Amino acid sequence: MTPENLILTALALPLAACIACLIFAKQPNLRDGLTLLVSIALLGTVISILQQFQSGQVIEASWWNFNPGVAIAFKIEPLGLIFALVASSLWIATHIYGVGYMRGNNEKKHARFFACFAFAIFATMGIAFSANLLTLFLFYELLTISTYPLVAHKETPEAKAGGRTYLGILMSTSIVFLLTAIVWTYVITGTMDFTPGGILTGKTEAGFLAILLALFAFGIGKAALMPFHRWLPAAMVAPTPVSALLHAVAVVKAGVFSMLKIGVYIFGIDNLAATGASQWLMWLAAFSILAASLIAMQQDNLKRRLAYSTVSQLSYITLGVALASSMGAIGGGLHIVTHAFGKITLFMCAGAIYVATHKTEISQMRGLGKAMPFTFIAFGIGALSIIGLPPLGGSWSKWLLMVGAADAGQQVMIGVLMLSSALNVAYLLPIFARGFFDGSIKSDGDDGDDGGGDGGGDGGKSFRENLKEAPILCVLPPCLTAAGCLVLFFYAGKIEEFLAPIIMGGS
Amino acid sequence: MMSLVENHAAILVVILPLIAAPLAMLFGNRNVAFLLSLAASAGSFLLSIYLLMLVKDGAVLAYHIGGWAPPLGIEYRVDAANALVLLIVAAISLAVLPYARTSIEKEIAEKNHTLFYACFLLCFTGLMGVTITGDAFNVFVFLEISSLSTYVLVALGAEKDRRALSAAYDYLVLGTIGATFFVIGLGLIYMATGTLNMVDLSERLASMEGNRTVRSAFAFIIIGMGLKLAIYPLHRWLPGAYTYAPSAVSAFLAATATKVAIYVVIRFMFSVFSIKFGFEQDTLKYIFFPFAVIAVFAASFIAVFQINVKRMLAYSSVAQIGYMLLGIALFSATGLSATLVHLFNHAVTKGALFLAIGAIIYQIGSPLMANMSGLGKKMPWTCAAIVVGGLSLIGVPGTVGFVSKWVLLMAALEAGLWPVSLMIVLSSLIAVVYVWKLVEILYLEPLPKDSQAREAPLSLLVPTWCLILATLWFGFAADFTVHVSDIAAQSLFDGKFGQDAIIMGTEGRS
Amino acid sequence: MAIDFDIDFILGHINYWLFVILMLTGLYIVVARGNLLKKIVGLNLFQVAVFMLYISMGKIGGGTAPILTGNPDEVYSNPLPHVLILTAIVVGIATTSLGLALIVRINESYGTIEEDEILELDHQKSQSEIIKVAKEASNDS
Repeated sequence: MTPENLILTALALPLAACIACLIFAKQPNLRDGLTLLVSIALLGTVISILQQFQSGQVIEASWWNFNPGVAIAFKIEPLGLIFALVASSLWIATHIYGVGYMRGNNEKKHARFFACFAFAIFATMGIAFSANLLTLFLFYELLTISTYPLVAHKETPEAKAGGRTYLGILMSTSIVFLLTAIVWTYVITGTMDFTPGGILTGKTEAGFLAILLALFAFGIGKAALMPFHRWLPAAMVAPTPVSALLHAVAVVKAGVFSMLKIGVYIFGIDNLAATGASQWLMWLAAFSILAASLIAMQQDNLKRRLAYSTVSQLSYITLGVALASSMGAIGGGLHIVTHAFGKITLFMCAGAIYVATHKTEISQMRGLGKAMPFTFIAFGIGALSIIGLPPLGGSWSKWLLMVGAADAGQQVMIGVLMLSSALNVAYLLPIFARGFFDGSIKSDGDDGDDGGGDGGGDGGKSFRENLKEAPILCVLPPCLTAAGCLVLFFYAGKIEEFLAPIIMGGS
Repeated sequence: MMSLVENHAAILVVILPLIAAPLAMLFGNRNVAFLLSLAASAGSFLLSIYLLMLVKDGAVLAYHIGGWAPPLGIEYRVDAANALVLLIVAAISLAVLPYARTSIEKEIAEKNHTLFYACFLLCFTGLMGVTITGDAFNVFVFLEISSLSTYVLVALGAEKDRRALSAAYDYLVLGTIGATFFVIGLGLIYMATGTLNMVDLSERLASMEGNRTVRSAFAFIIIGMGLKLAIYPLHRWLPGAYTYAPSAVSAFLAATATKVAIYVVIRFMFSVFSIKFGFEQDTLKYIFFPFAVIAVFAASFIAVFQINVKRMLAYSSVAQIGYMLLGIALFSATGLSATLVHLFNHAVTKGALFLAIGAIIYQIGSPLMANMSGLGKKMPWTCAAIVVGGLSLIGVPGTVGFVSKWVLLMAALEAGLWPVSLMIVLSSLIAVVYVWKLVEILYLEPLPKDSQAREAPLSLLVPTWCLILATLWFGFAADFTVHVSDIAAQSLFDGKFGQDAIIMGTEGRS
Repeated sequence: MAIDFDIDFILGHINYWLFVILMLTGLYIVVARGNLLKKIVGLNLFQVAVFMLYISMGKIGGGTAPILTGNPDEVYSNPLPHVLILTAIVVGIATTSLGLALIVRINESYGTIEEDEILELDHQKSQSEIIKVAKEASNDS
């Protein structure tokens, strides 16, 4: 296939899945099976793009002329390719999981759900391959809109309120800040193309650059930089597969990916380092990391705790850009991958727990680990990866970020990263621990009714009888992604190598 | 034959509907009337595409009516700016007519259907005439043709809601005052210059900046047209007229009438008077600018609180007119280009939205939001159209609304006015609120149990979706509209309307 | 700036003064009167004032009607404004008749042609719509 057609295929496949979902709304098995096939085909397409790209081909495509000199254009570069790879491979996992969850949980409106899901993947692919700010913005907004029905899926007043916050924050930040920033960049530089080394170098003075960076940083609300992070916890009203999609695959990753891409290809890492325009962003990101971790510790609702954990983890990537060192940027890129695998595992486990026991609060989960060992072990692996312990993928990205901080001469940031790891331990591991070690808590009054009963009175029962896992379709995917976390540890070096060219070029 | 049509294209776009109107009435059969109207609109539409293709790169065409050369005879003059507006009017008319055939069945008594078509065609004639003519007094004549028929069209909504009558009356009084102001202005410049041909006028007015007669003429013309185009404090007639008119009429008016009025203002500001005049620049700076900003915020804000969807869209129109004025007030070719782009884009979007809402009203019989809950399930195509149209109002990329916002923002930033750009983006957030209010009601509210709603008939859906697809298509391939608008704006700004024109239709005349 | 109250200036522009007075009278009636019929009367005055402006504008002292007589020294009034205003008169008549027709219809359906009362009736209708909506909303929840 010609390169242009490959990009077209990568975009058309999820779109076709979306349409197929609507057409076959009444035949659930056909619909879900078809979507699964499409998701596998998408992964295949992205991999073949990868192969072509590695053989040194320039892969680009552009279709509509938007303005004289500006078109809806796509171009493959390492960062976007990695992102696309993550998104398309995790789509398979989330789709399988979604089918299990939606059926196991008797949710309604499956067709709309999966159609919007596929459309969100379409938008994600567009973001990943975008060759200029305009295309990026187009798909960024499409992603917001297509995920709104997912967030408000339950149609309850809470879901509506959550959806409103979600849409309100993402839409207003993107229109007010991001659009202004993009147009402004265009007015200053006369181009919007992502160019290695950046396009703003030497075009404006440092102070203005900082303002522009602020517009971008706050404009990309999906990166959940404080104080525009509220939409993320609000979106937790959505069904869990959506949360997984939001946090690990599409939405937040699209946000930080855009941040990274803009930092690297619009501002230019060297330019940022030379002008110091990103200093303030670094401190804000550090604040976000710590503050969100602290808030996460206080949450009893599992999904909310994970949401704040995401807010914190996303700021790692923003920090990677703001450090303005090449290692920081690469570390940020790698963190997109490792965090995606870690967090999706955690969310899918949370969903599996909900499907099996209908428990949402952490305090109710004591002793559940014995009933749901696979789920909890997967959860543990995901948590360790997020914390950054070897031999899990998360350790590498954190390491690279620290190296980046050292390169940039920001010792404080190393401290922030280490402190944050400690906080991660404090809010993630107890969940895992409670699942298995519940001895002291058995006397707890309310515990006997819901969770502990199975785990506690296990005297003569065998392992199998104790088992009360969620349906297989809900348990298998988190186990797979947990395995992915492990595998990533060994392939991190390859990814790092692959990403290295992004900060070359310009300087 | 073909060359005859081509040579006389400039007059045919106006004449076709003008002839069809009385014919439609004389035949007295609603089907014949419909076919005649459709044929006339289609003809005008094709010819306006032809005209636009001729002028899209900056040429100017002139046509002398009856072979009488100006300034004695009336001259029609086409450049990129008015060719674009002609295309808008004709395209919307062509889209609305098939829709109207179905929608008026429930809104207007059958005996009045032929009269409806006649009035519609007259209104269409008037709007086309205002746009194409190069003679200032001719503008007035056509303006009144279109206005008078508009009053009738609005009043036709009285069968469903008697408030249409008082709305039409208000519109009549204010519209007539506006038109009369306009005539006073024309009289004054005629007194000062002794001509009414636009090109002639611009030549003679060029050296008359200090002339007080000319200044007051300018004031009269701007205020007169301001009433017609509903500049913010002069917009009182608009919400009522758009709300209570029959659906098809609302769509047609919202998409064309104010656009044509804006075109007239632009034409007079840039081509007849000279933009270099100090008093014009002051008008832009101290009158257009603040009122445009107020319009954008106040009208959007009012729209949020409406319970009648059509009224909400009407206020949104007032706000959108604010954007167009803002573009003019930026006083640059880019700003003017933004106005022209938005003229086109907003016509398509608002037309589509009014048609979609009309389809809902056709099915459930009520324009109130509260009665529309849960319709997303019953009328998926109509509601999807509303969502896309709404997104375009907000300015989401991939829709024409985004293109407008983009160009306008660029114009504001190029002029170094970042607070203005901030206001533009902030105001579109208010649009998010009112659009989303509707979307939530359509999709997330439960459907009433006794609901009998069904998907709208195809005859309503197809025109709506034609406009929606245009909304999307020109949102992606904005090259064409932006290019034409740039050319038009540049030529307006440089006063090229009076340049040597290619004179059409001289063949066969001696 | 000292304004020179030259009696000749005032008398010489008498047609404009009359025009201004007539026009403002008409406009005032449109704005101030609540009776729809009287508004139309005001609108007519307003329009007629403009006709007068145009007609007097075209008049040249001592000029005759512009009919070719073969005498090259004949002074004509400028016919163009007169012709223009013919069109405007036609428009004015159409507007008036349409306005009157609307008043008849309004009277039929509202039972009044006083603006205040019509506004009141319209207001009541919108209020009842709001109440209906509020009721339905409370029924739902």
